Amino acid sequence: MIQPTGMLGEDGIHVDMDHLKKGEVNLGTSIMAINFKDGVILGADSRTTTGSYIANRVTDKLTQVHDTIWCCRSGSAADTQAVADIVQYHLGMYGVENDEAPTTQTAAALFQEICYENKDNLSAGMIIAGYDQRHGGQVYSIPLGGSLHKQTYAIGGSGSTYIYGFCDANWKEGMTEEEGIDFVKRSLQEAIKWDGSSGGVIRMVVLTAKGAQRHLYLPDNGYTGPGYK
Amino acid sequence: MGGFDFSNHNRNAALHAQGVPLPKATSTGTTIVGCIYDGGVVIAADTRATSGPIVADKNCEKLHFISPQIWCAGAGTAADTEFTTALISSNLELHSLSTGRRPRVVTVMTMLKQHLYRYQGHIGAYLVVAGCDPTGAHLFTVHAHGSTDKLPYVTMGSGSLAAMSVFETQWQRGLDREGAVKLCADAIQAGIWNDLGSGSNVDVCVITQEKTTLMRNYITPNERSKKLRNYRFQRGTTAVLNEKVMTKEDITKYVTVHELEDDKETAVAEKMDVDR
Repeated sequence: MIQPTGMLGEDGIHVDMDHLKKGEVNLGTSIMAINFKDGVILGADSRTTTGSYIANRVTDKLTQVHDTIWCCRSGSAADTQAVADIVQYHLGMYGVENDEAPTTQTAAALFQEICYENKDNLSAGMIIAGYDQRHGGQVYSIPLGGSLHKQTYAIGGSGSTYIYGFCDANWKEGMTEEEGIDFVKRSLQEAIKWDGSSGGVIRMVVLTAKGAQRHLYLPDNGYTGPGYK
Repeated sequence: MGGFDFSNHNRNAALHAQGVPLPKATSTGTTIVGCIYDGGVVIAADTRATSGPIVADKNCEKLHFISPQIWCAGAGTAADTEFTTALISSNLELHSLSTGRRPRVVTVMTMLKQHLYRYQGHIGAYLVVAGCDPTGAHLFTVHAHGSTDKLPYVTMGSGSLAAMSVFETQWQRGLDREGAVKLCADAIQAGIWNDLGSGSNVDVCVITQEKTTLMRNYITPNERSKKLRNYRFQRGTTAVLNEKVMTKEDITKYVTVHELEDDKETAVAEKMDVDR
């Protein structure tokens, strides 16, 4: 981990954050979550990389932290998994102790607490989306500094930079489930097309009053369906 | 409290800046793989350990015991893979004794990732965790920084690219035991032949719900052949320039003399331990 040139300069020891985590598994990612008429939809590509090598081409970046509260992970795989595991533990305890499911806002606040307090040691960009009986579907975004933003839809990861215009141009308030899925799929397709660090399959999770439902879209026929059959 | 001591870090960085080379850790520049099949899971590894450009061990063991039905293949820093797997194995046995249940593979994976995450990648252990528990057969990879993946077939180490190319071209759904073992052995051989950091033999471990079979040196494609010629010189090769006979009494003044039982036998002070 120590570079061959050494780290002691004339003016003290330099600690380069980019070098500090060399060889780390990264989620150079395209992730998003949107509100629609009956709830929320989370979407993500499936590529994880170590440098130029694809360490996993079918990664699941959509992580469940409670029954109908999920998150999209971007940044360091190790960091985001650790954060999600901690939040999952706390929300599990919350659910049992209060005999009531936590709200999406509670989950987002927990994520923010961890991401903000440890901002110097984390590279984790997260999008939290959930459905609860009181507030319906909600989407929160926590970018690198640890700030918390409630949004109608959120995009994140390296691939998101390519689709700000696309999403803005195609976004509609109160879409149906079918329209929402199509919006997420077309956005991620565009992000995958332009971002080299994104790719593989498109995964989605639809959160409604009925619970969570997973979707999978393979690149084989232009992400039209799940597999050959 | 155990753990690492970083008090020499600044001194070492200063020395290093002045051109003192860092000590080399023995790394298992390695090929390790794993593959799930219907009814169990297979893991395999090569047996070369390197220290820089030197082959430190031609037949080392990279398949580590965690519990009878859970095994681990290790790449990265040899000492780190050895000690982390031993530590988790120990804690898992205590956990299993405390709960009175058979240990689960996810438990091992979680303990490993939390341990490695705490040390932020300073423990250079890259692991393939595999095993059978009451919930079925499982296969995971754990990276040194603490991230994990769950896949039907996995490769790690410097030979992972060569090994993955075998999996990506030959793997198919519904493999049986023989097929999975063959595929894993082929993937390791791809590493042995095409990756400089990997070499020597193939170790394989097959885990099913019934039993675990460790096949040490399952394939040995690099056996040392008998030398065609030897370097022993014929008697009388060296010319005798002069000769002086010394009696036993004379030499006893300087050294201790033991009488040998047989005239042809040579005295052995201490026998050296040699592999095989």
